[in-house]
Amino acid sequence: MNERVAAAFALLPDYLAWHVVLSAGALALGFAISLPLAVAASRSARLRWPVLALASLIQTIPSLALLALFYPLLLALSAVSQAVTGRGFSALGFLPSLLALTLYSMLPILRNGAAGILGVDPAVREAADGVGMTSRQSLFQIELPLAAPVIMAGVRTAAVWTIGAATLSTPVGQTSLGNYIFAGLQTENWVFVLFGCAASAALALVADQLLGLIEVGARDRRPVKVIAGLAALLAGVAVAVAPLVGAAGRPTAYAVGAKNFSEQYILADLMADRLQAQGVQVKRKEDLGSAVAYRALAAGELDAYVDYSGTLWTNVLGRKDNPGRAEVLKQLTAELQRRDGVLVLGSLGFENAYALAMRQDRAAALGVGSIADLARRAPQLTLGSDLEFLSRPEWKAVQSAYGLNFKAQRSYQPTFMYRALTSGDVDVISAFSSDGRIAAQRLVALSDPKGAIPPYDAVILVAPRRAHDARLLAALKPLIGKIPVEAMRAANYSVDRDSGKASPAEAAKALERRLGF
Amino acid sequence: MAGPLIELSDVEKRYGAQRALAGVSLSVAAGEFVALVGGSGSGKTTLLKTINRLIRPDAGRIAVQGEDVLAAEPHLLRRRIGYVFQEVGLFPHLIVGENIGVTPKLLGWDRDRIAARVATLLELVDLPTEIAGRLPAALSGGQRQRVGVARALAAEPAILLMDEPFGALDPLTRDALGSDYRALHDRLGLTTVMVTHDMAEAVLLADRIVVLKDGRILADGRPADLLATTADPDVRALLEAPKRQAERLRARLSEGAA
Repeated sequence: MNERVAAAFALLPDYLAWHVVLSAGALALGFAISLPLAVAASRSARLRWPVLALASLIQTIPSLALLALFYPLLLALSAVSQAVTGRGFSALGFLPSLLALTLYSMLPILRNGAAGILGVDPAVREAADGVGMTSRQSLFQIELPLAAPVIMAGVRTAAVWTIGAATLSTPVGQTSLGNYIFAGLQTENWVFVLFGCAASAALALVADQLLGLIEVGARDRRPVKVIAGLAALLAGVAVAVAPLVGAAGRPTAYAVGAKNFSEQYILADLMADRLQAQGVQVKRKEDLGSAVAYRALAAGELDAYVDYSGTLWTNVLGRKDNPGRAEVLKQLTAELQRRDGVLVLGSLGFENAYALAMRQDRAAALGVGSIADLARRAPQLTLGSDLEFLSRPEWKAVQSAYGLNFKAQRSYQPTFMYRALTSGDVDVISAFSSDGRIAAQRLVALSDPKGAIPPYDAVILVAPRRAHDARLLAALKPLIGKIPVEAMRAANYSVDRDSGKASPAEAAKALERRLGF
Repeated sequence: MAGPLIELSDVEKRYGAQRALAGVSLSVAAGEFVALVGGSGSGKTTLLKTINRLIRPDAGRIAVQGEDVLAAEPHLLRRRIGYVFQEVGLFPHLIVGENIGVTPKLLGWDRDRIAARVATLLELVDLPTEIAGRLPAALSGGQRQRVGVARALAAEPAILLMDEPFGALDPLTRDALGSDYRALHDRLGLTTVMVTHDMAEAVLLADRIVVLKDGRILADGRPADLLATTADPDVRALLEAPKRQAERLRARLSEGAA
């Protein structure tokens, strides 16, 4: 079997289990909330409109945004709970995903539920009154059984939507089949992307067919089919979830975080390897946004991840000055410790700075060597950036320092940003200085004579509750100051290049060997 | 029991600006078979439904077996009064036996008693016992309405309310079902109030005909007396219609034979 397919299969039990827990939980919760609401809406015309309108409104929110919005909401709720009861809860991962997907699953069940109950023949409903049923008896003995096929059709739609949308819970830190898709997209591992899509689609198909069996059973009044469908669904969930139950008995895992690009995956793998060598369980939370990652660490939901001094300096501390590489690191270490109790373990030994980069031939033709040169040409040029750059303070600093004003600006996933530059769709990109593709694709990083871009030392951050954890410190401290930028570039390029790609885990292993660990 | 079994006094009901019942008073004695007759919108169905509180009147008093209907729990009241619907209204997801046994089950009868009652009723409405296991969709229109009558009789009510019960049936079935029901009424000593727009049916089945128009009672009496006593042209027209129709039928049929 192909190596990448084998690698994908190895991850399947964990990813599938979480995906099933998440979508089954959301669907069950969505059903439990929607059905009573549908009954209420069918009973009261005044309630019907607002309930259905609200559900439709939720449906119009892009599902990724819905998931993302639950994070700050739960963070605030957790803080309130911490203050009131002395106990907080994790705002990252399972809970926001579950709640967002629950909301997402509600519309079809609500809509079909109300339509199904209202669709019961008025003569039959009057007959239920006439034979002496109470409103509740009429509902449970007559209306719900008659509406069951329509309600089940709604549940099927909800199941297919929920299973598809559950892949989007990866960026809020919840493992799902989406991990294949997001990681595959970043590292151009199309086998992973396809595998994730196929697995999610297959799961949706199976769930749809089993729910369809229940629907047919309800329509034809064949209890055997209903029971068979239910039993198969429950058995399927139990089998899929079994790997998690097996894992539950093990000691608590350390959570290692990663943002959404190759270097982060490699470093997270490197840290995880080191921790596992110390005999501890490690779980990964990948594809986090910059702000989410730091807040999750400060809140103790992540134990360690790698961030960059300039990012923290400008985004977390809100500083606009640039006192130099050593001073930034020093002040940052003191300030994060004081503010959030976050431990800056130290710099890994290389910088991964934001840099504006162009193709060498294009830069030479336009006579551009520095950002100051670029400013004169900018009105005829198009800037390509990653998804964060344009909303970050560094960009605003560079823009105002040099008076940059491009003809157009476009945002890409990092992978596609480089493609856009080589294909000529954009003229300048926001590159990362440790990216192996700068040299490999004959790009030039423009100099920053005014020092508008701060230094970006890669630093290991440790959560407040782990600041004195001997095993964690013993595992990670040896990495400090040990990774030269050339080694990181080579590792990044081994993952990012087009042919003979390595997986982040393989690149991490190669990096360990190269550094002599 | 002394006094009337059903007593309505000054009952009023409005739907928006339209007056469905404009102060109707009516007494029905035990054992009577009363037909409520009138055109569409005359208020006859509304009047029938106020008796078991499927419709709550805006004003007036209604007593059934001496009990104030407006003060009663509606579902408890309805379990004591049989009701046959115009559109039959059998529960499509329940088999015939379950449909017939629905009110006894609500009353908490045990299974054996319900099963025995279902068998008795099927015999009473002249249906084969094996029909009890079928779904309503598998029955003919006439069979369905026989099941409807059986369901209404299931909890041994003294009173049966019928809303155009045979209206949707073909003439032969309708005739057979009508006379079968009249026989049941006599045999079981029921009190029946039946809504119909068909004067011939009313004359053939009922002891007493109440004619409604615009929410008021125009005439009330035995079929034979009514034609003799009433002066109202509408009532006369209604009453004479079936007679004229019968005469014309006879004339045309004898022409054909000649």
